[in-house]
Amino acid sequence: MSLPGPETLELKTSEDVVRARQRVRVCMKDQGFGLVDQTKMVTATSELARNAVDYGLGGTMRIESLEEMGRIGIRLVFLDHGPGIPDIDLALTDGYTSGHGLGLGLGGSKRLVNEFEIWSKPDEGTRVTITRWR
Amino acid sequence: MEKIPILKLGEILLVSIQVDMHDRLAITLQDDLTARIVKDRARGVLIDISSLEMVDSFIGRMLGNIAAMSQALGAQTVVVGMRPAVAITIVELGLSMQNVRTALNVERGIEMLQRAVEESEEDTTHEPSGT
Ligand SMILES: Nc1ncnc2c1ncn2[C@@H]1O[C@H](COP(=O)(O)OP(=O)(O)OP(=O)(O)O)[C@@H](O)[C@H]1O
Ligand SMILES: [Mg+2]
Repeated sequence: MSLPGPETLELKTSEDVVRARQRVRVCMKDQGFGLVDQTKMVTATSELARNAVDYGLGGTMRIESLEEMGRIGIRLVFLDHGPGIPDIDLALTDGYTSGHGLGLGLGGSKRLVNEFEIWSKPDEGTRVTITRWR
Repeated sequence: MEKIPILKLGEILLVSIQVDMHDRLAITLQDDLTARIVKDRARGVLIDISSLEMVDSFIGRMLGNIAAMSQALGAQTVVVGMRPAVAITIVELGLSMQNVRTALNVERGIEMLQRAVEESEEDTTHEPSGT
């Protein structure tokens, strides 16, 4: 089976957030993920895409299908060139928000995936990479 | 502008969320519901989320806000029909939804609301005893 190539979606508006989660849903289905796995990854997508739009001044999401040692996976990279996150540990803490949210987006998406990686630098931007294996 | 319809059934307002809501649409629904509770003197709000394939922190917060606002306006809110995969996911996400009443389906939700309305009527017709 050949894997679909990577693709990149714009994240500028709250409609883009909806499109991103719909795209991830289709990719997860195509790769044979079960309903609960799909729902977890789509929910994490919604959180991270919204953060890129709301805090990161907009960005992109890259979707990549993976096959490693017989395992199937989906990797998503959320990238923005916004203000960055000054204190990543604090931002990952449940309940911490600098806006009016619940402060669950980052910590929650970390729990919903198998691999979670975050890079951020003040005035350069933020990149969050998540992977879920089947 | 696209909107989520709000139906009136006696003293209850019924909302069935059939679309994948973007954030502004969710905020509009919250505002519309608040206005309708007052205008229609509703005693209950039933929100059917059985079509929702996902509930994230934003939608969770909206449901919590609607529950709190309706409470302040003398109406009870019940959220019905959450899909099992969604329920599993929101627990892991960390959404507590503790101030939101839930029921399995629309039928149970309406029963729950009718009971709540009756109870609150008893509370107002009987004077509190032993002051
Ligand atoms: N892409 C980003 N760029 C800059 N800051 C960010 C970014 N993502 C998150 N943050 C910061 O980290 C904080 C925590 O993010 P998180 O998603 O956990 O919560 P929230 O967005 O505030 O609320 P919720 O997601 O629960 O609605 C945010 O309030 C914001 O200050
Ligand atoms: Mg967030």
